[in-house]
Amino acid sequence: MSDTPAPPDDVVLQAVGLTKHFPVRGLTSRGVVHAVDGVDLQLRAGQVLALVGESGSGKSTVARLLARLYPQTAGQVLLHGRPVTALSGRAFREYCRKAQMIFQDPFASLNPVHTVRYVLTRSLRIHHRGLRGAALEDALRALLDRVQLNPDTYVDKFPHELSGGQRQRVAIARALAADPEVLLADEPISMLDVSIRLGVLNLLRDLRDRLGIAILYITHDIASARYFADRTHVMYAGQTVETGDSESVTQTPAHPYTQLLVRSAPDPEHLGDPLRTGATGEPPNMVEPPAGCRFHPRCPFAAELCRTRVPELLPIGAGREVACWGYAPDEPGAPDLGTAKVSQEVAR
Amino acid sequence: MSIADDLDRYAPDAVRARAARRPVLEIKGLAVDYGYGDTRVHALRGVDLTLHEGEVLGLAGESGCGKSTLVYAATRLLAPPGLIASGEVLYHPVAGDPVDILRQSDDELRASRWEDTALVFQGAMNSLNPVYRVGRQLTDTIAAHRPSSTKAEREERARELLTMVGISPERIRSFPHQLSGGMRQRVMIAMALALEPRVLIMDEPTTALDVVMQRQILEQIMELRDRLGFAVVFITHDVSLLIEIADRIAIMYAGEIVEDAAADDVYRRPRHPYSEGLLHSFPPLHGPRRELGGIPGSPPDMGHLPAGCPFADRCGFVFDACRSIHPTLVRPAVPGDDASRLVACLRHDRAALAEAGMPAVEVPGALAVR
Repeated sequence: MSDTPAPPDDVVLQAVGLTKHFPVRGLTSRGVVHAVDGVDLQLRAGQVLALVGESGSGKSTVARLLARLYPQTAGQVLLHGRPVTALSGRAFREYCRKAQMIFQDPFASLNPVHTVRYVLTRSLRIHHRGLRGAALEDALRALLDRVQLNPDTYVDKFPHELSGGQRQRVAIARALAADPEVLLADEPISMLDVSIRLGVLNLLRDLRDRLGIAILYITHDIASARYFADRTHVMYAGQTVETGDSESVTQTPAHPYTQLLVRSAPDPEHLGDPLRTGATGEPPNMVEPPAGCRFHPRCPFAAELCRTRVPELLPIGAGREVACWGYAPDEPGAPDLGTAKVSQEVAR
Repeated sequence: MSIADDLDRYAPDAVRARAARRPVLEIKGLAVDYGYGDTRVHALRGVDLTLHEGEVLGLAGESGCGKSTLVYAATRLLAPPGLIASGEVLYHPVAGDPVDILRQSDDELRASRWEDTALVFQGAMNSLNPVYRVGRQLTDTIAAHRPSSTKAEREERARELLTMVGISPERIRSFPHQLSGGMRQRVMIAMALALEPRVLIMDEPTTALDVVMQRQILEQIMELRDRLGFAVVFITHDVSLLIEIADRIAIMYAGEIVEDAAADDVYRRPRHPYSEGLLHSFPPLHGPRRELGGIPGSPPDMGHLPAGCPFADRCGFVFDACRSIHPTLVRPAVPGDDASRLVACLRHDRAALAEAGMPAVEVPGALAVR
């Protein structure tokens, strides 16, 4: 394990005002894609934070910024309160050891010409210099045990001999070889067969509980966020629109976008009488995002204020925050959410 | 408005189900192999399935279970090394005798394809030609099947189709890359409906889309179905979605249908252990939070299937007979069950056990929910 294990509930990794703009150079146009704009989040030891949003909402970009795969345009990443700036060299490798990433597609993230043994021993030897011989073999077997794969059966297999779920377990084992404090899991189950998804989620949850790892869980499936994550952040068009504990966010969604997301999710209870959301519109153009609240072109409650000023995250009680003018009653011209508004009592 | 339309609009599900009992597509004993000789893989092993008029039939299963192979074989779109080993696919025209699609001549097939049965493929990104405007791609289809139509008529029809799927008719001049993923998928649906087919096959039409867009498109499809009365085969791995939209669901596992029942029955009263497991693989968005385990193990290697039930290794209700007898679709052994539902599980098949000289077994409580 790392030198000083973090006390429970301590913030391990933190993002402050994280922003990423990608330049676009077309034949006729020049601009930037506002992939992530001013996102704050905190990853605590032994807790899972879910980042939910549609594709293009910037959730994967957040994970990649936290993994230092590319530099941010503005804002900071803090590890135990200290800013992380390195993008190469010794300090970068030291950071990588603490924050490991798990990618979406285990078919692509494992090299097909290497066995499980090679993949895992390489990771072990990179992160634990001088580990060899029997000690290395023991560490290898311990890793496979930790991801619930039988070492004798799987250690000499090639990726093509494994199922999707087994491959993803090997990818998780590879990340664990570094003894990380943070796992950044970018849609870890979306490429897997439905019957084995929960096995992988339950494994990650077990790692959270036993090893006290902080996990960032990126998903577009809000039901799995409810099942797996302690807290949930909902992102829309590069910004956080709602935060809170997963149960409240999914059961009493406060932001109109979260409400749409929850209503749109398949629900067998609507059997024979599919719910009509009547939703229209498309995700916004991220090169020229809408002024004001980025959700206003699709929002049924949008008022003039929403079209001009960007709403801040407003506390609505019980550790929940929502970026919607409907929750700023003192603001002149604020929209009226009517019955869609979550009251303070419900939020509690 | 026809009587069937009236029923659709006002009648409860039971009446609608009775009115829709006329079959349009009947798949009988369809078997498909990939490859040749000793190394061939039996991807489909004698599948029977009937699609009725105006019905939404859901095909669910994991990747590799043969659900896409089934519809591609049934429409004769299967590419080599896929080979239809046996079976027949009967299409019932509005008037006249059923025709076997697998034995049609090329000309007959070309005439009936898209006219009777149309397909919406999974990747709308890859299905549209990037160098042609969407309008041209829509009118091409009409021109091929209605050679006597004029250019203006075809253009008019293309605009009408785009409006029908909720896209502004000006988009007829757009190239595919100028449309979002959701809009491209809508164009694909418009194209499939261009000739007013009686059967629409959709292969994971919304899997690549976000939930909000998925919901918008599903609402559109359901509304068009109610208006135009075509039957839908909807393929997906998302059972919770199917339960919501389908009238009937067929669950596939390892190249076979293991359960075929009304959507409501599959959800509330699953009879096959695999269906029951699938239902416990989706964390619920509402209701109590419960611990879920998914299904242990992983899908079998289609090249080396076990002798008995292919699900035996992952099944919580496995017993001796499952290792030796291959289950076939039978009526579930639960009194009071819908007469038309079928399940391929030895727990329900007393006759097969008796034939093999094995003692009868109880149906476990989890598979006999009333």
